[in-house]
Amino acid sequence: MTRDDVTAVLIDELGRIAPETDASRLDPNAELRDELDIDSMDFLNLVTALAERLIIDIPETDYPKLATLSDAADYLVQRLGVAA
Amino acid sequence: MPSLGADMEAGTLVEWLKRPGDRIKRGDIVAVVETQKGAIEVDIFEEGVIERWLVEPGTTVPVGTPLALIAGAQPAPAAKVSEVAAIPAAQVPVAPSRVEQPPAAGPARVSPAARRLAANRGIALDGLTGSGPGGAIVSADIERAATGGGPRPAAPKRLDLAEMRRAIAAAMAHSKREIPHYYLCTTIELTRSLAWLQETNATRPPAQRLLLAALLLKAVARALGEAPEFNGFFTAEGFKPGAGIHIGTAIAIRGGGLVAPAIRDADKLSLDELMAQLRDLVARVRCGALRSSELSDPTITVTNLGERSVETVFGVIYPPQVALVGFGMPVERPWAVAGEVVARRLITATLAADHRASDGHRGAQFLALIDQRLQSPEAL
Repeated sequence: MTRDDVTAVLIDELGRIAPETDASRLDPNAELRDELDIDSMDFLNLVTALAERLIIDIPETDYPKLATLSDAADYLVQRLGVAA
Repeated sequence: MPSLGADMEAGTLVEWLKRPGDRIKRGDIVAVVETQKGAIEVDIFEEGVIERWLVEPGTTVPVGTPLALIAGAQPAPAAKVSEVAAIPAAQVPVAPSRVEQPPAAGPARVSPAARRLAANRGIALDGLTGSGPGGAIVSADIERAATGGGPRPAAPKRLDLAEMRRAIAAAMAHSKREIPHYYLCTTIELTRSLAWLQETNATRPPAQRLLLAALLLKAVARALGEAPEFNGFFTAEGFKPGAGIHIGTAIAIRGGGLVAPAIRDADKLSLDELMAQLRDLVARVRCGALRSSELSDPTITVTNLGERSVETVFGVIYPPQVALVGFGMPVERPWAVAGEVVARRLITATLAADHRASDGHRGAQFLALIDQRLQSPEAL
């Protein structure tokens, strides 16, 4: 899975959580929580969906690494590399 | 027609989800009604067989109007439905004193059942015209579209936010006019709760993780067991304790507005059960599929501002409830422990309470009880 594939999955899942926003137009370096107005429940749902879809573990202590779209893509690529 | 809030006077039946002759049991969803809070699923408290409908889809009726005759049903214990006229048990219906005209056509709405059906069939709601009351899209419209009825232009919207704003305004104006609020505020150290949470979540996959919100709700529910004067309703006869601890949990709706559906018997749920219910509630608030029993009978409200917010919230009591507990954003602040200043994670807990039902001394004890519970998270 390439970084672009991972980003596409991320944008898809963010779109489910914030359906009224166009996640594909997100500034990759903006804070997701602020940009999409998502709360801790939304964030947990995002992490749950990503973990299930990509079949990786995302420990709670790593949540700060998912702060922006760009950070999250880097992190997930790295986790997938570990899992592969 | 169940009452889904002190300010609700009437509701419109959108569609029946069961048929006469169907056997129903407690918790079954039998109908969808349109209210100021959007389309709400009506779940039922009785068991029996539906004999016949008393209200046709599209009709707007006052709160308390019988919607259906259910044969073999025991009268619902009043305590279980609190202030609410749920669908009554088999009885001679009383003619409604007035029947309101259906509301003027506004933005199209979608019933929860229709929304689910559309999702299952992969049908876009955007192109549909609703045939339900007020132009609401109902299951029949989805069926029609699925069989090639062809899209027609419409602008469906799941909630009428202007209408919801009016409902909130009415309830809050009533509250501020009638309820002599008093307010208390305290700071609670979260070190133990957060450490326990981190330790617990470290061993769990995301789907099973807990949020601080679940601990806060459970701590309030447990504290209410020892402070019953904050759990219930203020009525013409004075304070009436709630029959259970049903915590209305304020949940923001994306795009504006909020609802506070109940987590029923929160004191009896394990933390995992409570978290699962909270997750389910938030998901259903987001997709607009709340049930009438959840909106009708909270005995207290908790508002939890979450992580990107402000430190303190002073709530407005939702009538006829008598208390609202507010939690601000958890923050790290200097804190004195045994003469030393150390950095600690703290949260502000506030109480807005009805002075007709309690006073500040008991209110302070109630907040202290919540604090105590949060210092022993493993026992929640």
